[in-house]
Amino acid sequence: MEKTKDWKEKIILWAIRLSGYSAIIFVGLIFIYLLREGLPALGEVPLSNLFSSCWYPIEDFFGLTPLLAGSLIVTLGATIIAVPIGICTAVYIAEVAPQWAREILKPSVEVLAGIPSVVLGFFGFVILAPYLRLLLDLPTGLTAFAGSMLLAATALPTIVSVSEDALYSVPKSYRDASIALGVTEWQTIWNVTLPAARSGVLTACMLGIGRAVGETMAVLMVTGNAPVIPRGLSGFFAPVRTMTATIAAEMGEVATGSVHYHVLFLIGITLFIVTLLINLTAASVVFRKRQRSERILS
Amino acid sequence: MVNLALAWAEAYQAIHPDIRVSVTGGGTGTGIAALINGTVDLANASREIKPEEETSAKRNGIQPVEHVVARDAIAIIVHPENPVSQLTLRQISDIYSGAINNWQEVGGEDRVIVRLSRETNSGTHIYFLEEVLRLGEKDNKTLFSVDTLLLPSSQGITAEVSDNPNAIGYDGLGYVTPDVKIIKVARREDSPYVLPSTTTVNDSSYPIARDLYMYTAGEPAGNIRDYLNWILTPTAQKIVFDLGFVPIAGNEFNN
Repeated sequence: MEKTKDWKEKIILWAIRLSGYSAIIFVGLIFIYLLREGLPALGEVPLSNLFSSCWYPIEDFFGLTPLLAGSLIVTLGATIIAVPIGICTAVYIAEVAPQWAREILKPSVEVLAGIPSVVLGFFGFVILAPYLRLLLDLPTGLTAFAGSMLLAATALPTIVSVSEDALYSVPKSYRDASIALGVTEWQTIWNVTLPAARSGVLTACMLGIGRAVGETMAVLMVTGNAPVIPRGLSGFFAPVRTMTATIAAEMGEVATGSVHYHVLFLIGITLFIVTLLINLTAASVVFRKRQRSERILS
Repeated sequence: MVNLALAWAEAYQAIHPDIRVSVTGGGTGTGIAALINGTVDLANASREIKPEEETSAKRNGIQPVEHVVARDAIAIIVHPENPVSQLTLRQISDIYSGAINNWQEVGGEDRVIVRLSRETNSGTHIYFLEEVLRLGEKDNKTLFSVDTLLLPSSQGITAEVSDNPNAIGYDGLGYVTPDVKIIKVARREDSPYVLPSTTTVNDSSYPIARDLYMYTAGEPAGNIRDYLNWILTPTAQKIVFDLGFVPIAGNEFNN
């Protein structure tokens, strides 16, 4: 009896260990595959072409600048919209809302996370873009701004739930001490609770942005997909083409092994690195937080 | 042309319940790539096969054979309230290359022109580039203006055109819905302006029309040959007409 138990224990532990490492293995394999398919592009296309401002792959113009700029401006817009709203929602749910409001709000945010992005994109194309065109008197509503609004909607649930967790983990004694000093509820939130949860909130924002960078269907449907380099503030209200939309729109058509095919994988590598950097930044913030809490406890 | 392929498949299976015809969409490039990879028996194409596609097919031991199955007119469409109702090929080319940027320059209102196009994986995009934007001139290297919106579907173009008075788009005649306005097109300044229709396409007076193809791997045999033969019969060509495409010459239908 003891023997079989021992044996079972070992198998289960190994299975768990294997699942633990599987994520790393998958990411590693995917990255190796991306490199294998994408790096040949660097040899096939001159760098001056890759850094040019013209993307028209069927005539061998492979300028990645407009795509990179397009992804950046849409994500930047999404960040500007989603971060303040997300943090405020989290503060309201965690600190201010009465119990019944909290019970409605929390599941609602989770439902928002569950909306498939293609549904958001359809909504954006049929309702949001035409409305934006009339409201802002634009030539067309299919713009970076419309994309930003949809991406904000996809990033919001992440920002809200992770920041909310961070706010909950602030010890109650902090707030009690602050209230005991006679300051108002708002002053407590702004000067005590939020700063104490700062690293968690930052992580929430980074994770939200990381999600937004990789989002595809919604932006493919509403940003107009014109490979223009956005210039200044007016760039928000003009069409752009993102890296994700380019891969999604063109991957089905390219002949396997062609130059265009390799360049699309090169875009994939770029996208992978950008998301990796964002997630690493988020992780390093979390890491610093742990070190600090360890200091406090010791 | 996925609508057409679907309608044919459906009608054919109704007559021959023992034959199954499965159709998937995704654009000409997708279809030809699938033929090259040997995953399909027939590839529908709204353009001729490219030389590099033919080369990679041969490398896989496949000899693509071309069959003209229908014709299609590309309609130039604008918002119903746009006062412009006729354009020359040269004007359309100048609009899409970015030389003309305001509707005023072609007799319309003082509005910015928003250009809509299909994605580069669409056969319609390539056809439009070669025959309209470059006016069919082989050494003409004009490109689409960079701010041309590339929409992933035909429906996307009709939807945006029917909503936006600034927009101009192009689409297969079969996709055009009644809530957009079709522009009359003239081959040259001195030619008559004509609307696309079965008659104007088959007598070549409408300048923007093309053949639609099916490609087979090698000469068709067995069920595939029967299917292709059926597609050329008046019954199948009536479906072409009903969907707004143009039947191949010799088939005249009336509404």
